[in-house]
Amino acid sequence: MLRLEGVESGYGRTTALFGIDLHVAPGEIVALIGANGAGKTTSLMTVCGNPRAKAGRIRFGGDDITNLPTHAIARLGLAHCPEGRHVFPRMSVLENLQMGAAFADPAHFHGDLERMLERFPRLRERLHQRGGTLSGGEQQMLAIARALMSRPRLLLLDEPSLGLAPMIVRDIFALIERVSAEDKVSILLVEQNAYHALKLAHRAHVMVQGRIVASGTGAELLADRDIRAHYLEGGAGV
Amino acid sequence: MEYFLQQVINGVTLGGIYGLIAIGYTMVYGIIGMINFAHGEVYMLGAFTALIAFLAATLLGGADSALGLAIALVATMGFTALWGWAIERVAYRRLRKAPRLAPLISAIGMSVVLQNFVQVTQGARVKPLPPVVHGGFTLMQAGTFKVDLSWLQIGILLLTLALMAGFTWVITKTPLGRAQRATQQDAKMAALLGIDVDRVISTTFVIGAALAGVAGLMVTLYYGVIDFYIGFLAGIKAFTAAVLGGIGSLPGAMLGGLLIGLIEALWSGYFSIEYKDIAAFSVLILVLLFRPSGLLGRPDVEKV
Ligand SMILES: Nc1ncnc2c1ncn2[C@@H]1O[C@H](COP(=O)(O)OP(=O)(O)O)[C@@H](O)[C@H]1O
Ligand SMILES: [Mg+2]
Repeated sequence: MLRLEGVESGYGRTTALFGIDLHVAPGEIVALIGANGAGKTTSLMTVCGNPRAKAGRIRFGGDDITNLPTHAIARLGLAHCPEGRHVFPRMSVLENLQMGAAFADPAHFHGDLERMLERFPRLRERLHQRGGTLSGGEQQMLAIARALMSRPRLLLLDEPSLGLAPMIVRDIFALIERVSAEDKVSILLVEQNAYHALKLAHRAHVMVQGRIVASGTGAELLADRDIRAHYLEGGAGV
Repeated sequence: MEYFLQQVINGVTLGGIYGLIAIGYTMVYGIIGMINFAHGEVYMLGAFTALIAFLAATLLGGADSALGLAIALVATMGFTALWGWAIERVAYRRLRKAPRLAPLISAIGMSVVLQNFVQVTQGARVKPLPPVVHGGFTLMQAGTFKVDLSWLQIGILLLTLALMAGFTWVITKTPLGRAQRATQQDAKMAALLGIDVDRVISTTFVIGAALAGVAGLMVTLYYGVIDFYIGFLAGIKAFTAAVLGGIGSLPGAMLGGLLIGLIEALWSGYFSIEYKDIAAFSVLILVLLFRPSGLLGRPDVEKV
């Protein structure tokens, strides 16, 4: 579904990714964990062409998307729910969801909207409220719902739990699991909250300073002593 | 009282014209955070296109027919839209990530080029146009003083209202308008949702330019004289209107235009016509001092 081969990327003259290889198969949840500044966000953004990969290849489905413009990549069915949520602050919840569906088949709109509002009852209550007035957890739900409105084949999720209360974090992870099953969407999940992410993911990669240093199933990495020490028990990543 | 009413009618007509130009300033500022300093020249190009269209129609004997007017309107909007597109392409697109001074200078350069282009090709002298739309009626009469409302004024007001209503509808209710607001609020996110940001920005310039073109056509008809230099002052006044209403705000541009038109008309009616420009700019200074975000602008001009 998604495959990165030797992808290098960065900002201006600084390099942030030094040859990333990874793939996501249909139906899979793949997690990317690592400390702050490791290059997780850059990896997801490079998939979307901003910043552009300096070397390597990125394929999505049958297409080589390495040099496609960001909007064209999105229209292929690759939804990105970025770090910091990026809800449109002065558009209503409904308009935010309409933006998500901007390039989906309009015939699906009402059905999909209804499904999202059933899944996120809070959004129904706030349907005509401005995005900027929602709480952090509600904004995260809106950002995920907006991404799903495009009926993507692959969802990139960047730190969905960032800054949320522990109870809401649990909800969000439960939701990601449900979404992956119900919407038949593959997920590439970036998290600093490694424990939850590894429990949820089929496979995972650990990133350090722009490189992937360990890979395995979620359970394997969860059991690994070094990784526990670094990312789960008060290490740099927690 | 009658005199006051007459000045209000004149002021509202003028205000609608300023408002149409101001929309272009405010939309472009909203979406790329920069002032399009060549926008006044687009209005001037609209006035010249309209003039040429009317003169051609006069030769063919149909300038004062509804069809003649419609053709002039379409030609003007089409031509100025093209210039709006070109200005974005030449002066702004490549400089979008450059320091803010760079596009400012390139836009001023564009403005100088357009002024000189028209001066060279059309001549520097004032161009007259014989009245195209005739007649009107007297609203009321007090002694020898009559309050007149011409068909042309009615036409200008109706067309301005229709364009503003239509444009507001596009922005608030259509997918294009949503894409425009989304790009304005968070361009990076809009792109991640499949919005072609370059195209949205282009469209914004095009629509703003077409509206300024209509304003140019109206002025050609209303005053009957134009020259290559009219874009400068009208541009600054419409810019003032946009700032007065709150730059970035669409209703603000319309309100600001109306106010500037009224201030100008009332000032020239009661004080001195020579100083009418000073009146408008004094208001701008007062607003900037006491309400820098404008009448309808947001106090927090946040940039993501
Ligand atoms: N917009 C940017 N401009 C310059 N450098 C950046 C930018 N974003 C991230 N970086 C740098 O790139 C590296 C990777 O950052 P990032 O991908 O955000 O890491 P993570 O998401 O894992 O926390 C860091 O060294 C960071 O400082
Ligand atoms: Mg990050």
